[in-house]
Amino acid sequence: MLELKNVSFGVTEDKQTIDIIQDVSLVIPDNKLVVITGPNGGGKSTLAKLIAGIRIPDSGSILLNGEDITDKSITERAKLGLGYAFQQPVRFKGITVHDLIRIAAGKKLTAADACEHLSAVGLCARDYIDREVDASLSGGELKRIEIATVLAKGSTLSVFDEPEAGIDLWSFQNLIEVFEGMRKNISDSSILIISHQERILNIADEIIVLQNGQLVKQGTKEEVLPELMGTSSAVKECRNGVVVCKDGDVK
Amino acid sequence: MMKFDEIQLRLLSEVADLHSVPEGAYNIRSNGESAGRVSTANIEIVPKENASGLDIYIKPGTKNESVHIPVVMTKSGLKELVYNDFHIGEGSDVVIVAGCGIDNCGPDDSEHDGIHRFFIEKNASVKYVEKHYGSGNGKGKRILNPGTEIYMDEGSYAELEMVQIKGVDDTERTTTANLKAGAKLLVRERLMTHGDQRAISLYDIVIDGEGASADVVSRSVARDNSYQKFEAKIVGNKACHGHTECDSIIMDNGRILAVPGLEANDVDAELFHEAAIGKIAGEQLIKLMSLGLTEAEAEEQIINGFLK
Repeated sequence: MLELKNVSFGVTEDKQTIDIIQDVSLVIPDNKLVVITGPNGGGKSTLAKLIAGIRIPDSGSILLNGEDITDKSITERAKLGLGYAFQQPVRFKGITVHDLIRIAAGKKLTAADACEHLSAVGLCARDYIDREVDASLSGGELKRIEIATVLAKGSTLSVFDEPEAGIDLWSFQNLIEVFEGMRKNISDSSILIISHQERILNIADEIIVLQNGQLVKQGTKEEVLPELMGTSSAVKECRNGVVVCKDGDVK
Repeated sequence: MMKFDEIQLRLLSEVADLHSVPEGAYNIRSNGESAGRVSTANIEIVPKENASGLDIYIKPGTKNESVHIPVVMTKSGLKELVYNDFHIGEGSDVVIVAGCGIDNCGPDDSEHDGIHRFFIEKNASVKYVEKHYGSGNGKGKRILNPGTEIYMDEGSYAELEMVQIKGVDDTERTTTANLKAGAKLLVRERLMTHGDQRAISLYDIVIDGEGASADVVSRSVARDNSYQKFEAKIVGNKACHGHTECDSIIMDNGRILAVPGLEANDVDAELFHEAAIGKIAGEQLIKLMSLGLTEAEAEEQIINGFLK
């Protein structure tokens, strides 16, 4: 379980402080898939970075399974069971897919073991295992490898920052299946996905809406989604792949 | 064959992956003397008469054979200049493993300067692996100045892998090549310097033949207070293809100078140079830390991968 208590974060630019996250409190319960959504620039990715330890809040606290991790480093949080998938996966010269999955798993892995993680994200493992995680991979391939590393790591809370960003429609279909599979095997862990995508919102147990750095809504999918789709401003942000009917139904 | 002590065996395994007597032809040079030499039916190793070094003759048509000529030095204060000439016969296909390991625990500098010349005949193919390694905690420096000269006849192929990862205090390596029509040269250099080390690597490649190509790629890491200079020059005198690349990571107070040099003397010569120097990207560190590595462990993984 992850808990954020009154978390605020701002940046100073040209001597002006801009509030990115303002007094956000929320709970990500165990055994749940929670999606944070909301307009661009609303602070979603920053919130994910605050959870992973890449950014440190100006005030407030973050608790993972009851332990205060506010002042803990990225490494410490990872060891405590936090996983984080980058919105834009990082490339490495010379490090192979096998190396990266081995590092993620934290132990020696045979090619067959590593392949299982790749198959889980819909990659034909044999074709990828010895490839370098560099510019020779496409955006969609990198994204899936990124997700595979988080799966291989095994976390009690896995955060995915806009997994749909930068991938094509065909890959997106597979991605939904990957998350559906993860939801099915969630056993005692929780999943947090930052997303605009209606199809990802649709597999959520709970949805959180973040706007202008503030939490404006948290509830079950059934409570939040219809309302979200009903507002014209939200529809604009969530319309990728979404058809909104006159009666407010989403197809 | 001479018996080796523990340090010599360790050096041999570092520079030539040798754990026992190699298969095929070999010459092992230890502290300035030959410690074992074997020729085969197709590969003859002959000591030079007027200078220190060897002539290595590979018969035309020799296929899938290898030559090992590692050098180890464990005496402090030893300085040597060695000339090895490789005569690679027409149509042959061989692997040559060289390399030098110096262990210097004493107060005086130890230096090995090896000049290797390759005469690669028509349609011959050679893979050359050269590893340099230094160890020992004496005040004396470990110095290696390799010179490599490559003469490539028509249709020949040479692939050079040159690695110097650890413990060499001072190195100036010079590689020159001349390529005739259809020859293809590939060079992969891996270099890491630390402490107050200095490494200079110069390439001067002249492409004289039509359809020939040269590709020189250097990946290097400069840590602590070390300094590196990489200067790669390619001259294209005919329709040809040339590419040099210097990709470097600097850490601590490390410094790197990359100097490109391209000269096209034919309108159909295509020559490229790429160079990038910078510290390890913060995002790379963050990614590996988010998988549970400490910052130092993440750095190590990134550098190991980069220099692989």
